[in-house]
Amino acid sequence: MNKLTLWFHTLGSPPYFHRLAGRLAPWLFAGAVLFAAAGLYGGLVVAPPDYQQSDAYRIIFVHVPSAWMSLFIYFVMAVNAFIALVWRIKLAEVLAMACAPIGAAFTVITLATGAIWGKPMWGTWWTWDARLTSELVLLFLYLGVIGLYQAIEDRRQAARAAAFLALIGIVNVPIVHFSVKWWNTLHQGSTVRLLGPSAIDASMLWPLLLVALATKLWFVASLLVRARVELLALEGGKEWARAEAQRAEGTP
Amino acid sequence: MTPTRKRRLIAVALILGAVGIATALTVFALQQNMTYLYTPSEILAGKVPEGARFRIGGMVKDQSIERGQSLTVAFVVTDGDGDMRVEYEGILPDLFREKQSVIATGSMQGDRFVATEVLAKHDENYVPRDVAEAMGKAHAKHVKPKE
Repeated sequence: MNKLTLWFHTLGSPPYFHRLAGRLAPWLFAGAVLFAAAGLYGGLVVAPPDYQQSDAYRIIFVHVPSAWMSLFIYFVMAVNAFIALVWRIKLAEVLAMACAPIGAAFTVITLATGAIWGKPMWGTWWTWDARLTSELVLLFLYLGVIGLYQAIEDRRQAARAAAFLALIGIVNVPIVHFSVKWWNTLHQGSTVRLLGPSAIDASMLWPLLLVALATKLWFVASLLVRARVELLALEGGKEWARAEAQRAEGTP
Repeated sequence: MTPTRKRRLIAVALILGAVGIATALTVFALQQNMTYLYTPSEILAGKVPEGARFRIGGMVKDQSIERGQSLTVAFVVTDGDGDMRVEYEGILPDLFREKQSVIATGSMQGDRFVATEVLAKHDENYVPRDVAEAMGKAHAKHVKPKE
C-alpha cells in the first residue's frame, strides 16, 4: 500500500479523524473570522461605491460568496455521498450528512440577500427566472437530504438513502451555474470569472475574494465540528469514544 | 477493488449517467420552450400569441422616456433591430434609466405594450464611480473633436 492510500485509510478511522478535527477546527474558525472581518471591512468601508448602484451593490460581498458556497458544499456533499455509496466508509457518510445543514444555510442566505437587493434594484423580491428557480430547487434538495436522513431510524441506512438523493441532485448544480447562460434571465451573468478578465474592478474584487476564503474556512471548520459530534454519537459504545468522553470529563 | 465495490461503482455510475442524460435532454427541450422574455423584434415578427401576457426585454432607448401625469410613464424598448413603445403607471426601480436593460410584464394593446410591472436588469459590470467618470471623460475626449 503506498503512502497516500495509507493516509486515506488512517484518515477514515473515526478516532484519528476525531482527534485531527478537534485540533484543526479552532484554527479554521479563527482564520474564517479574521478573513471575514478583513473582507467585510474592505467591502463595506474601503471599496468605492458603484457607478450605477452606488452603495447598494455592497450586498454582493455577502451574496456572491454565499452563492458560491451553496454550490461548492453541494459538490462536496455529492462526492462524499458517492464514496459512501460505493465504499461504505462510515466517515464519508457522516461528512456527507454534515454538509447538508451548512449548505442549506448558505443557500438561504443567498436567496435572502438576493431578494433584499432585488427589491430596490430590479423592482421585485422574487421572479421565476431560471437562476432564482434553480437556486430554490437547490435549497429543496438540501432540505430533502436533511429530511430523509432524519426520517429513517437506522443511522447508517438513513445516511445511505440520503446520500443517494444527494448524489442524484448533483445534476442541479451545473443548471444553477449555467442558467444565466442557457436562458434569458433577469439575473445578471457571472461577474467573477476563473478564465478571462472579471467584470469587476480590482478595488472591489479583493474584499469579495477575502470573504469567499472566509466562507470556505468556516465551512470546513463547521463540517469538522459537526462530523465529530455525529461520529461520537454513532460510535458511542466503542472503546475510543468512551475514552474520549472520560478525557473530556477529566476523569482517568 | 473487491467485486462488490466494483458492482456498486458500476450501478451508481449508471444511475448517475442516466439521470444526467435525462436532465440534459430536459434542459435542451426547455431551452426552446421556456422563454422568460421576448425582444421587440421577436414581437414585431409575430412570435407572441395574440392577447397573451408576456415579458418584453431590451434596452430603454436614449431620450425616449416621457413622463405624464403623476406616475404615468412611456418609453421605447429597443433591441437594436426593433422598437416597441411601452406604457406604464407605477413606481420604477432604482436602476431604471435610459440605455439600461429593462424587463416589462404586460400585454399588447394595439401597437403598444401596456406594462403592469417594470423590472430593471442589472448587467454583470461593477465599476467604481470615479473610474466610470474618468472613462466617460476620456471617451468624450476621443469622440468630441470630430464634431
